[in-house]
Amino acid sequence: MSSTTNTSTHHTSTIGAIGAPSRRNTELALLVFAVAIPVFAYANVGLAINNEVPSGLLSYGLGLGLLAGVAHLVVRKFAPYADPLLLPLATLLNGLGLVVIWRLDQSKLLQSLPNYFQAAPRQLLYTALGIALFVVVLLFLKDHRVLQRYTYISMFCALVLLILPLVPGLGANIYGAKIWINIPGLGSLQPGEFAKIVLAVFFAGYLMVKRDALALASRRFMGLYLPRGRDLGPILVVWALSILILIFETDLGTSLLFFGMFVIMLYVATERTSWIVFGLLMSAAGAVGVASFEPHIQTRVQAWLNPLREYKLSREVTHDGIVHSDQLQQALWAFGSGGTLGTGLGQGHSDLIRFAANSDFILATFGEELGLAGIMAILLIYGLIVERGVRTALAARDPFGKLLAVGLSGAFALQVFVVAGGVMGLIPLTGMTMPFLAYGGSSVLANWALIGILIRISDTARRPAPAPVTNPDAEMTQVVRP
Amino acid sequence: MNKPLRRIAIFCGLLVLTLLLRDNWLQYVKADSLADSKYNRRVTIARYSVPRGDIIVDGSPITGSKEMDTSGLNDLKYKRTYKDGPMWAPVTGYASQAFGATQLESVDDKILTGNDDRLFFRNTLDMITGKPKQGGNVVTTLNAAAQKAAYNGLKGHGKGAVVALEPSTGKILALASYPSYDPSSFAGMSDSDAKAWQKLQKDNDPDDPMLNRALRETYPPGSTFKVVTAAAALENGLYTSADQPTNSPDPWIMPGTVTPLANEGSIPCKNATMRVALKYSCNTVFGKIGADLGQDKMLSEAEKFGFNSEQFTPVRANASNFSKDMNASQVALSSIGQFNTAATPLQMAMVASAVANDGKLMQPYMVDKLQSPNLDTLEQTEPKELSRPLSSKNAQILQSMMETVVKDGTGTNAQIPGVTVGGKTGTAQHGVNNSEKPYAWFISYAKLPDGSSPVAVAVVVEDEAADRQDISGGGLAAPIAKNVMEAVINSRK
Repeated sequence: MSSTTNTSTHHTSTIGAIGAPSRRNTELALLVFAVAIPVFAYANVGLAINNEVPSGLLSYGLGLGLLAGVAHLVVRKFAPYADPLLLPLATLLNGLGLVVIWRLDQSKLLQSLPNYFQAAPRQLLYTALGIALFVVVLLFLKDHRVLQRYTYISMFCALVLLILPLVPGLGANIYGAKIWINIPGLGSLQPGEFAKIVLAVFFAGYLMVKRDALALASRRFMGLYLPRGRDLGPILVVWALSILILIFETDLGTSLLFFGMFVIMLYVATERTSWIVFGLLMSAAGAVGVASFEPHIQTRVQAWLNPLREYKLSREVTHDGIVHSDQLQQALWAFGSGGTLGTGLGQGHSDLIRFAANSDFILATFGEELGLAGIMAILLIYGLIVERGVRTALAARDPFGKLLAVGLSGAFALQVFVVAGGVMGLIPLTGMTMPFLAYGGSSVLANWALIGILIRISDTARRPAPAPVTNPDAEMTQVVRP
Repeated sequence: MNKPLRRIAIFCGLLVLTLLLRDNWLQYVKADSLADSKYNRRVTIARYSVPRGDIIVDGSPITGSKEMDTSGLNDLKYKRTYKDGPMWAPVTGYASQAFGATQLESVDDKILTGNDDRLFFRNTLDMITGKPKQGGNVVTTLNAAAQKAAYNGLKGHGKGAVVALEPSTGKILALASYPSYDPSSFAGMSDSDAKAWQKLQKDNDPDDPMLNRALRETYPPGSTFKVVTAAAALENGLYTSADQPTNSPDPWIMPGTVTPLANEGSIPCKNATMRVALKYSCNTVFGKIGADLGQDKMLSEAEKFGFNSEQFTPVRANASNFSKDMNASQVALSSIGQFNTAATPLQMAMVASAVANDGKLMQPYMVDKLQSPNLDTLEQTEPKELSRPLSSKNAQILQSMMETVVKDGTGTNAQIPGVTVGGKTGTAQHGVNNSEKPYAWFISYAKLPDGSSPVAVAVVVEDEAADRQDISGGGLAAPIAKNVMEAVINSRK
């Protein structure tokens, strides 16, 4: 941004080409902290649980440091002007997530559960794969505008990804939500996480082409710009799609996420507030409509409204055919017991949440062991990632880049809100995971790819203008001046 | 496109802000109520994660902790043990891994587990120096010898309760209830604990051993309530001396009725002085005093003694009852401790204690101080005046009347050589048409030659086995009160 304003205001100036500092050393310095903090946290957990520094401390530290180092070097080489905060923030969250997953692996209570396995080594592997994917994105995606070519292919891919969990034999119903697919030999995958990115590419490409038609051809009615009937088409399609996800995969979070992302991008593309009004009305109508006949959603809402009752029911033998879960109440107790400063890592009892303590509910462990202070820090880190993403969108010079960046950051923000809000009892629970913190290969991989794309866009945005002759007026003025 | 982008930035900021606010709500505003929820397993884990602090009587603990095997899934490391559990149960309550905690174990749980905010600094220091966390102690005001005398006295007589107070401070010296239970028997979470617990429930044991009769059961106080009525007469100037003849016909027809109020046996109650009336326990005299004073004055005096309000010692004691909205005859019956008048043993001990303390009623309490694990005092309970039901002059008049009762009245069984004892017996009828065995009451205080009063006692005995004539306060309850008072006096030497 600064380089372009420079050239247009100081007419004699051509030094804009030298451009803004690349900030790579800032990133490196921040990365040192982003690796050091989880290493200290890891040592802390070991001391708290086993009274000794964990034996894997060195290899863990080196591993995380190496991954961060590789990512940094690739950014330095292939995206030198990229935003310096995104990589360290993501690394920090990923590292802390690993520590807490390892901490929960040590819980005797969780070890006694039938489907227990050591999650931390797998998550470390996923992290390595995630950073590899990040590197691949930066290596092969030299310019994000290339993605524009794949607008409709993206749409197709997104649809396939979303439908996969419903394919018989492939999909898996885990605790009521059908958002998983089983790949024999590889484990399970949550295609929704990837669909998030692919859909953003599709929306960005589509809206960039159609924005004028959507924005201008409309009638004014009661202060709102009503779109033409045929322009309503895409929003109706996406709405229907998210409703279908809600019905067939009973996944409130994903459908909210996709629809919200679309409304955000539509609003940015058309600059019409009326789209937001429509979006809110339609999502409310859809949610209420589906909730009125879908028992799984109703259970979630009931559990949200009265978690203590649900806790008590989960302790009794009920004959209503509903699986009552005490998880939300347990999570709330974990938060409350953490208080302002928390119990300290490794000293809480968030394992009482049992199932999904290290994935959907991982934030509760942070809440109990790091307290209000820790959660606020983590939420602010998420906030920073989102705002750096939106900042990237602001700085981007091409509408496709702007739309893609805001779509991805908006989706990230919505996901954080939906998951954290669900775990903290602000909104009904949905089956999604905290980006980077929670255990889950799909989530880690997809979010590293997301960060990779944002870094690519921000690199393009902050890269100095390629040639001094971008502004012909400046050249002419220069000639005229003495 | 930048204007909507900025708005989206603000929107995302608001999302994060909402989460931050919610988190502050959860982890700051609601933190304590969530953390202390009785369903929250952490409360139990914390209670048993460190050796629980002790409840201390006369400098030695009456509780203990036993380390459990935690190699399996058992997350509760220590189990509570009790010395002389049944005797001390009304004081300690219980702390059971499976069944929660009550009374002192619950009221001062945070001190005993070491989680009290006042221990925060110390705990932080311990965490840094690597010392294991410890619980603090609760030092009680109780007197082991008096408690023993009280418990053993009740043991021979079926059901009952004893409360002894130190009149000048309100310290609880003895708090016994019988039948009792051993809190050790269900302190754990095994099957045998569950069986022991089941067996003690009221449904399975009609004697209801887990009821703390000293604090949580109200009995009709019978004639012991006449002390309150006498106090009301003196305070309201109806009679100004113990030896002034009262205006009391015998038989006396209760106002608004045709029913005479009967006396027990042939006793000289006609126009008797209050001293004589208290000595023989005349229903006619005190019933008429109540009716003459009227409901409002009686109610006001009873409430000054503590009726109609719960007491927190800090363990809650039920409110004793003196009814409102009664007609004149009901007031007369209430004034001799019948009709709906009901008192906890603690309440009647407070009555005796206020008289002995020259009319000053002290707030009864059983926790002398709370100690940190290294025995620093965290909180010292200061004696607090609750009310002044009697002027000092009237209190002394009432004392001389009560001393007559013990010297040559119905309470001679409570005499202690070398000590002045004042008391009042009571035999409270209850049940439909008084069909059930009456309760034997005795309230008393002891006064040393130097004028100080070290102890006031209330004893109630519900004896199923004794025959009806025998259940008089003087026969059953007075000897127990005497032993308790003697134990307190001897332990002061």
